[in-house]
Amino acid sequence: MKKKILDSNVLYILISIVLGFVFGALLLTIIGVNPAAAYGKLFNGIFGKPKFMTYSVVYGAPLILTGLSVAFSFRTGVFNIGAEGQYVVGTLAAATVGILCPLPPVIHAIVCILAAACAGAFWGWIVGLLKVKKGINEVLSYIMLNWIAFYLSNYVVNIKSIHTDQGAEATKNILSSASIKMPKAIAKLTGCGDVHWGILLAVFAAIAIWFIMTKTTFGYQLRAVGFSRTAAEYAGISSNKVFLMSMSISGLLAGIGGAIQLLGMSERIPQFAAQEGYGFQGITVALIGSTNPIGCIFSGLFYGAMKYGGNKLTVIKVPTEVVNIIMGTIIIFIAIAPVFKMLLQKASAKKEVKE
Amino acid sequence: MLITNLGLLINAMLISTPPLLLAGLGSCFSERSGVVNIGIEGMMTLGAFVGAAVAYFTGNGWLGFFCGGLAGALLGLIHALVCVSMHADQTIAGTAINFIGPGFAIFLCKAVFENSSDSPALDTAAKLPKMFVGVFPAGSFGYNVISTYPVAYLSFVLVLLCWFVFFKTRFGMRLRAAGEHPEACETLGINVYVVRYICVILSGFLSGLGGAFVTLATVSQFRPAVIVGQGFIAIAAVIFGKFTPQGTLVGCLIFGFCNGIKSLLGGSNIVSPNILSMIPYVVTLLTLIFFVGAGHVPAANGKPFVRNK
Repeated sequence: MKKKILDSNVLYILISIVLGFVFGALLLTIIGVNPAAAYGKLFNGIFGKPKFMTYSVVYGAPLILTGLSVAFSFRTGVFNIGAEGQYVVGTLAAATVGILCPLPPVIHAIVCILAAACAGAFWGWIVGLLKVKKGINEVLSYIMLNWIAFYLSNYVVNIKSIHTDQGAEATKNILSSASIKMPKAIAKLTGCGDVHWGILLAVFAAIAIWFIMTKTTFGYQLRAVGFSRTAAEYAGISSNKVFLMSMSISGLLAGIGGAIQLLGMSERIPQFAAQEGYGFQGITVALIGSTNPIGCIFSGLFYGAMKYGGNKLTVIKVPTEVVNIIMGTIIIFIAIAPVFKMLLQKASAKKEVKE
Repeated sequence: MLITNLGLLINAMLISTPPLLLAGLGSCFSERSGVVNIGIEGMMTLGAFVGAAVAYFTGNGWLGFFCGGLAGALLGLIHALVCVSMHADQTIAGTAINFIGPGFAIFLCKAVFENSSDSPALDTAAKLPKMFVGVFPAGSFGYNVISTYPVAYLSFVLVLLCWFVFFKTRFGMRLRAAGEHPEACETLGINVYVVRYICVILSGFLSGLGGAFVTLATVSQFRPAVIVGQGFIAIAAVIFGKFTPQGTLVGCLIFGFCNGIKSLLGGSNIVSPNILSMIPYVVTLLTLIFFVGAGHVPAANGKPFVRNK
């Protein structure tokens, strides 16, 4: 039993999270802020009211999906640093359909999400194709496509039929039929005006991905290709086909992430000055969730809460960036977890010998 | 007219290429020695802030530039510690650096400059100096091309130097060997850990310099969005250039040239600025597809090296 606990990832991730907060507290002390006050504000900003808790979940929903996207790609041996771009083309597709194609409610939202899924999948598929056909390093194509998506979005925002006539640097709002906001009654009950169905979709996607990975032949093939391409080929798996498929699914997930954030929360795309970072944050979510689809639900919620609660720190004049530093520190500790693990196991083995 | 425009184009290139080039050369060192460094972006951002802050308080642009490099080197040291000594996953560690670098930069900025995420604008005297000031009349070709930052030219000289180090020196051979076959290196008595430490710290130092160039020459203050993805573009340029200094130069020049064109056409509304901005990325991909093709990645890249006891 003890051995099982020592082997599990959850323990190390929890330790890493604690260490991240400890490090953040040290920093705050150095700049003359009482860490207890800052963390008090942070946690009160997350758990203080039902409204805050609901907002934290709403913030987490798109992060669960981009986290899933990265986690899924990790399992097939690819580092999807392009979730950012896939997320952006997802919002773009959802916004275009949401603004320009009037459809009945519910159906409209579903079509928007499907469009976003296709756009994200396409963005991921291009990278796979370049890798398979031309051997082009996927990290490079991901970075290029992130920026192409970024400027494409800014271009589309400025197209006349999509640009708002309200004088803002943004698109029009999506038609109300495309909205995935929850009914007013729930919004009133929780006190969160932005509560939407996206979180359910995100959790469903996580479970679906978990099912595909662990219970289907396709999932087995994916893992085989991720583990060793040549071995998979020997076993009769067409590794290129599986690879392309996995790159597309990874993009699809990030695209849906973009769609739910747009249809549920922002309702329009602003002109970007800098990348919004949902894709990059997804990398963190995937790592804290130890690339497990179910783990991503929890880590996505954790990140969403930190993001939402972190905003409150400005009220007491504490730099919100401490959240980013805590996140970075957590990842460093997760990265060196194998060393921890070895040390702890050695220590426990010694103890057993003594006993 | 044509000459003047050419001068403006070269001027814009001389300002937008050096940060990418410095960071790119840094990335070459790290990747060639077998350590993936995806944290270049974070190292640049911290370098950008430290450079601006030091220059603001001391009034010395060169000192700021150097300290920017040191700040990057510090992150490089952390990356090396985690990746080389503790055998951590290099991509994960780099991702962490990308959170910690910008996080620290803005955090410190707010701590030092009264809760503002922008540092105050630098006086011309506190920025990096330009050379041959006042020799050429304003707006002339010479003014645009020669009366500019000597650091810009130095970064191009550095490419030559790096090429020499990589391919003509014993250290260069060792670092390339460490990236291809660390086990063989160790049997020959080369200390792979030391080589990788030097290379990763160097990559941080150069990235920090690149970041500091942005705040001390181009923008003249630190803002959170001052680096916006340039670190990733530098990495892309390195992969494009097949992990060689000269190839990296070509990659960086594509971006520098397109940026130059953009600032030339910026005023006129012939083409949407967003489409113009997209061009370097499309061109890079197309060049790879049609002309360059797959490159050789250092064989031990990304694999932690554990010494046999």
